[in-house]
Amino acid sequence: MSVVRVPPVLRSEAGGAREVEASGSTVRELLEDLSSRLPALGSRVYGEGEIKSFVNVYVDGEDVRTRDGLDTPVGDSSTVILLPAMAGGC
Amino acid sequence: MVASSLLDLIGNTPLVELRELSPANRTIYAKLEGQNPTGSIKDRVALHMVRSAHLEPGQELLEPTSGNTGISLALVAKLMGYRLTCVMPSNATPERKALLALYGASIVESPGELGSNGAVRMAQEIAAQDDRYVMLFQYENEANPGAHYDGTGLEIARDLERVDALVAGLGTGGTLMGAGRRLREAFPGVQVVAAEPLPGDPVMGLRSLEDGYVPPVLNVEELDRKLLVSNDEAAAAVRALLDREGIFAGVSAGAVVHVARRVAEELPAGSVVVCVLADGGWKYLSAPFWHGEDIAEDVLWW
Repeated sequence: MSVVRVPPVLRSEAGGAREVEASGSTVRELLEDLSSRLPALGSRVYGEGEIKSFVNVYVDGEDVRTRDGLDTPVGDSSTVILLPAMAGGC
Repeated sequence: MVASSLLDLIGNTPLVELRELSPANRTIYAKLEGQNPTGSIKDRVALHMVRSAHLEPGQELLEPTSGNTGISLALVAKLMGYRLTCVMPSNATPERKALLALYGASIVESPGELGSNGAVRMAQEIAAQDDRYVMLFQYENEANPGAHYDGTGLEIARDLERVDALVAGLGTGGTLMGAGRRLREAFPGVQVVAAEPLPGDPVMGLRSLEDGYVPPVLNVEELDRKLLVSNDEAAAAVRALLDREGIFAGVSAGAVVHVARRVAEELPAGSVVVCVLADGGWKYLSAPFWHGEDIAEDVLWW
C-alpha cells in the first residue's frame, strides 16, 4: 500500500481525507486501484487511460511525466502526491 | 566598468562554486541572478519582452506578477518611458509591493488564495476591457525563454567547459526552456531539472482543477526531471546557503540548491551541476524563517 496525498481541492471527493491509500506497482495500477476504491476522486485525476491534463502526479517527489508516465514504478513505501497544475510565480 | 544605462548592466551575472554545499567529488556552481539591477533574474525577461514589444505612443504595460517580474518591468518601463500596472496576489511579500510602488508601478491586488492563477485571470479581464493596455504576459511570451537562450544559457555555456545538469526553479518555465535549449546545444547530454514548489495547503486551498494552468512557454517534455520541494526544505537550504556559503538568496534559490545537491549526488563523480539562483534574500527579509522558525504556509513564496 502506498500513501496518496490529496490536495485540498480534491478532499471532498476523498471523504475529507488528506491522505488515502492505494496499491499498485506502477502509477497506472495505483490510479486504477484508487479509482475503484474512491471513484469520485479517481475520475478527477485519471480517465481514458491518462492522467487528466491539469493534474500532476508525483512519486517520491518527482513528476511522473518526466519519468515513465503511467509506467513509473511505485514502491511499497512510496509517497504519491496529487497536485493541481498551476502557474508558478514571480 | 562603466555603463551608459542601468539596462546595460542586466545579465552577465557571475557563477560561484558552492564549495561547502557540493557533495564530495561533484561541483555545484550557483549563478547569482540577484546581482541584476533590481535583484532578480526577471530583469533579463523584462528587458527582452519590452524591447520585443515595440510599444506605440499611448500604450501602457499591464502584467500579472507576484513581484519580481513587476519590479523588473517597472525599472525597464521607467528607463524606457512607459507606464506600468501590475496585478499581484494580495499575499505576495510586503517588500515586493513596496518596491513595485517605489519603482513607480501602479498595483492592483488579486485575491491571495487564488495565487498566480488569480492574478493572471484578473489581468486578462482588465486588458480585454481596455485596449490601451499591452499585456506582455511572460507565461506565453517567447521573449521570456528567449532572454535565457540569448543570456542566461549562453553565459553558462561560455563560462564553463562542462555542465552535466542545469537546475532552475519552475515558475513560468522561461529559464528552464531557454537556458536548457542553449545548454543542450553546447553539452548534448546535459540534464535539465526543474525545482517545483510544493505549495502549502492554505495557498492551494481554493484552487480548483478548473483553474489549472500550464504556461504555454513551458513544454514539460523538454525537462529531464521535475522535483517537488517543500517550503521547509527550501527554507533550510536558504539558511545553509547563507550560513555555509555566505550567499543571501531568496526562497526559490533554496529550493533550487536543495534539488541541485540531490541531483549532484546521483550523478557520477566529477560531474558539474549549475543552479540558477533567481534572486537575493532582500525581498524576504521580513519572513520568519531566517532563524530556523517554521516557514509560513499561507504565503505564496515564488
